[in-house]
Amino acid sequence: MSKLIMETKDFSFTYAGVDTPSLKKINLPIKESKITALIGPSGCGKSTLLRAMNRIHDLYPNNKYEGEINLYSANGKENILNIKKENDFIKLRQRVGMIFQKPTPFPMSIFDNVAYGLKLAGVKDKTEIQERVENALKSSAIWNETKDRLHTSALGMSGGQQQRLCIARAVALKPEIMLFDEPTSALDPISTSAIEELISELKEEVSVVIVTHNMQQASRLSDYTAFMYLGDLIEYDKTDIMFMNPKEKLTEDYITGRFG
Amino acid sequence: MNRLLLNKIILMLSTLSAIIGISFLFWILATLTYKGVSSIHLSTFSQDLVNGGIRNLLVGQFTMAIIASLIAVPLGMFAGIWLREYSNGSKLASIIRNLSDVMMSAPSIVIGVFVYALFVAPFGGYNGFAGIIALAIMMIPIIISTTDNMLALVPKELREAGVALGGSKHKIILQIVIKSAKVGITTGVLLSFARIIGETAPLLFTSANSQFFTMDLTEQFPSLTVSIYNLATYPDEASRELAWSASFILTAIVLIINLTGRYMTRNKK
Repeated sequence: MSKLIMETKDFSFTYAGVDTPSLKKINLPIKESKITALIGPSGCGKSTLLRAMNRIHDLYPNNKYEGEINLYSANGKENILNIKKENDFIKLRQRVGMIFQKPTPFPMSIFDNVAYGLKLAGVKDKTEIQERVENALKSSAIWNETKDRLHTSALGMSGGQQQRLCIARAVALKPEIMLFDEPTSALDPISTSAIEELISELKEEVSVVIVTHNMQQASRLSDYTAFMYLGDLIEYDKTDIMFMNPKEKLTEDYITGRFG
Repeated sequence: MNRLLLNKIILMLSTLSAIIGISFLFWILATLTYKGVSSIHLSTFSQDLVNGGIRNLLVGQFTMAIIASLIAVPLGMFAGIWLREYSNGSKLASIIRNLSDVMMSAPSIVIGVFVYALFVAPFGGYNGFAGIIALAIMMIPIIISTTDNMLALVPKELREAGVALGGSKHKIILQIVIKSAKVGITTGVLLSFARIIGETAPLLFTSANSQFFTMDLTEQFPSLTVSIYNLATYPDEASRELAWSASFILTAIVLIINLTGRYMTRNKK
């Protein structure tokens, strides 16, 4: 068994203005340097769970968290649900990066897009920024396409390139965990396979949690899979076991496409 | 057969309506150009109203409109940012949004009267500041609504992406969200400037008018639009000719600003 990097303990989440929780007592381990896939039909709460892991929900007021989400590091564990101060939120998000469904390039040059997070993190040294941007673009497999136009607008890139740029932007911060929220559902098959390849290379350095609707993607990419249904975690196991030999009937029905 | 006939009738009616509408516009432009251009001389721009030119009027009108913009643009933008980014759809926000929309269609003469009561009567006379305040009041709701609407077009994922990279909310709003909405907001500012530069009613009894060149905002202040209103009612031919050329110049200014605004929107990425 590999090491834990994050785990949720009896974690429940209720959206503002709603009575019933959208996530009910979720207990999910996230293993270090592995890819964990969250699957399940629309509305099952997988994106909600993912968005709790860097507390992006806190952009909107009055959402309710219960239980624990522990983030492990060399200094022990920290329950991220206890974070209250803006500075601690910023640190959390530097440790836990996020990629969205639609590419979200900022309206600035390719270079500045990647440098932006570094500047937010307080990196001032020009040569260091230069180096880290270049490394991030290289490890996101987009350096060759962008090196000659680093200072042109990122909005002129294709969707797939933009998504890889967003990954580079997150990678530049050297996060411990990266959360992917259906990162390829807005992309064509060729860009999708480029992103998938990239994600599986990334796990050398970073733990990955990916929400996906695409069963093949989950089985191709991930080491562990969690199946969620109506706010409950139904089953969690190694991906090959989940796909070959699920314990729950519900999981089997979903994976074989009987519903969803 | 019936459907085709109906189609033709509707097509004809709508074409006709469009032609009628547009022909009035061209009629106005043609008359203005014809009557206005012929009475423009070099002295029109080099002399003040007292000597039969409009130099002081142009300077006065722009001075008031620019200072009004300097007040209204930041105020309106911050209000718009609060409405869209910080209010979280509270009740207060929807009241303010509605009020601002109502203000946008408030008759400009009413704004003039209001400012007269507050900033002219108590100070014992017309003054440039009062005119500036009236123009700013007209402009603020337009800026609020433009900012609000343009920020609404920025996808929420962009804000989330910024925050997910470790940005604080205000940094993301100032450095990314506003930047994405920049073209739209700038266009809105230009169009609202074009709107107030051509206003007469809010100035009529706030800053009133002056025949002389002045930069003293505590006195009556020269205004192109109010002068057109006055000159057009004078009996002598020279005054009326000056009114025509002043109208032509004003229209040209408004048209150029408007076209610039629209050109910018069209070329945005």
